[in-house]
Amino acid sequence: MLIKKRKREEAEINGSSMADIAFLLLIFFLVTTTINVDTGIGLVLPPPLEDEEPPPIRQRNLMNILVNAEGRILMDEEPYQISEVKSRLIEFIKNPNNDPDLAETPELAIVSIKTQRETPYRIYVNMLDEVMGAYKDLRDEASRANYGVPYGALDEDSPQQQQIQDMYPKKISIAEPGDS
Amino acid sequence: MAGHFQKKRGGSKQEVPTSAMPDVIFILLFFFMVTTVLREVTLKVRVNLTQAENIEKIEQKRLLSYVYIGPERLPGNKLGEDKVQIDDAIVEDIGGIRTLMYDKLREQPKLIVSLRVDENSNFGLLTDVQEELKRANTFRINYSTRREMN
Repeated sequence: MLIKKRKREEAEINGSSMADIAFLLLIFFLVTTTINVDTGIGLVLPPPLEDEEPPPIRQRNLMNILVNAEGRILMDEEPYQISEVKSRLIEFIKNPNNDPDLAETPELAIVSIKTQRETPYRIYVNMLDEVMGAYKDLRDEASRANYGVPYGALDEDSPQQQQIQDMYPKKISIAEPGDS
Repeated sequence: MAGHFQKKRGGSKQEVPTSAMPDVIFILLFFFMVTTVLREVTLKVRVNLTQAENIEKIEQKRLLSYVYIGPERLPGNKLGEDKVQIDDAIVEDIGGIRTLMYDKLREQPKLIVSLRVDENSNFGLLTDVQEELKRANTFRINYSTRREMN
């Protein structure tokens, strides 16, 4: 006798406006989303110099690039325009004519970048961009010759990519800036 | 006779079922909710990035830690001296960057420091920061640039 009558109007939440709410939220997130990928020039800094002497490097394997306070570029003491940096570097690294003043082999080539405190950052990045461009061109060329695809199309961490990297290792050294 | 060519109409109503619509919208909603990164820092320095062509993408944002260098924003739309900003605050003491970065490196051993430097800045302040980074053993850096439009 105590059993309640269950025959009642069913309690239901009206779900028809759910889609509208979801839409509203969706539009909010659509507007606020910025799918921005961070891009930039990657580098690895050298460890701080202790008192020990740096390993000896033969002068011919070293390309000194100096960007001075006026934003002028000197490569091994000679002035260059920023547009000429890339071709000069490729020549230095590959050394097609076995010039005794240029790098012995691409693996041994080192690019040393020196700046001054007043060097404009923009010029520095442009110059670094050219250096990276030189290496990219060389790697692309090697990759095309060996595998028929540009370097960027090789799989990450594949033996092929490793081989190209070993052919043209990016040895870029950032020297501590001089004062004058 | 005209009735002869008339097509037979099916009895069913031609309607797109919309009952799955909220589900679809919800899935989209979740996608955007997950991908959205609300701007977490307020910039106290002005940073206009430079442009470069040969750049790489950094897919793993977790590894990144940002250092901003640029002229300080002063009230009244004025710009002050070049300053360094890490996280939410301007770092006045450059020597303090060492411990700050070292702590970050302990949390994330594969840390990449993204240097976002204003294009009109000089190299001097950046050098001091780089020296500190070297001392903190955070060697992987990245000069943040925009893609050059040709």
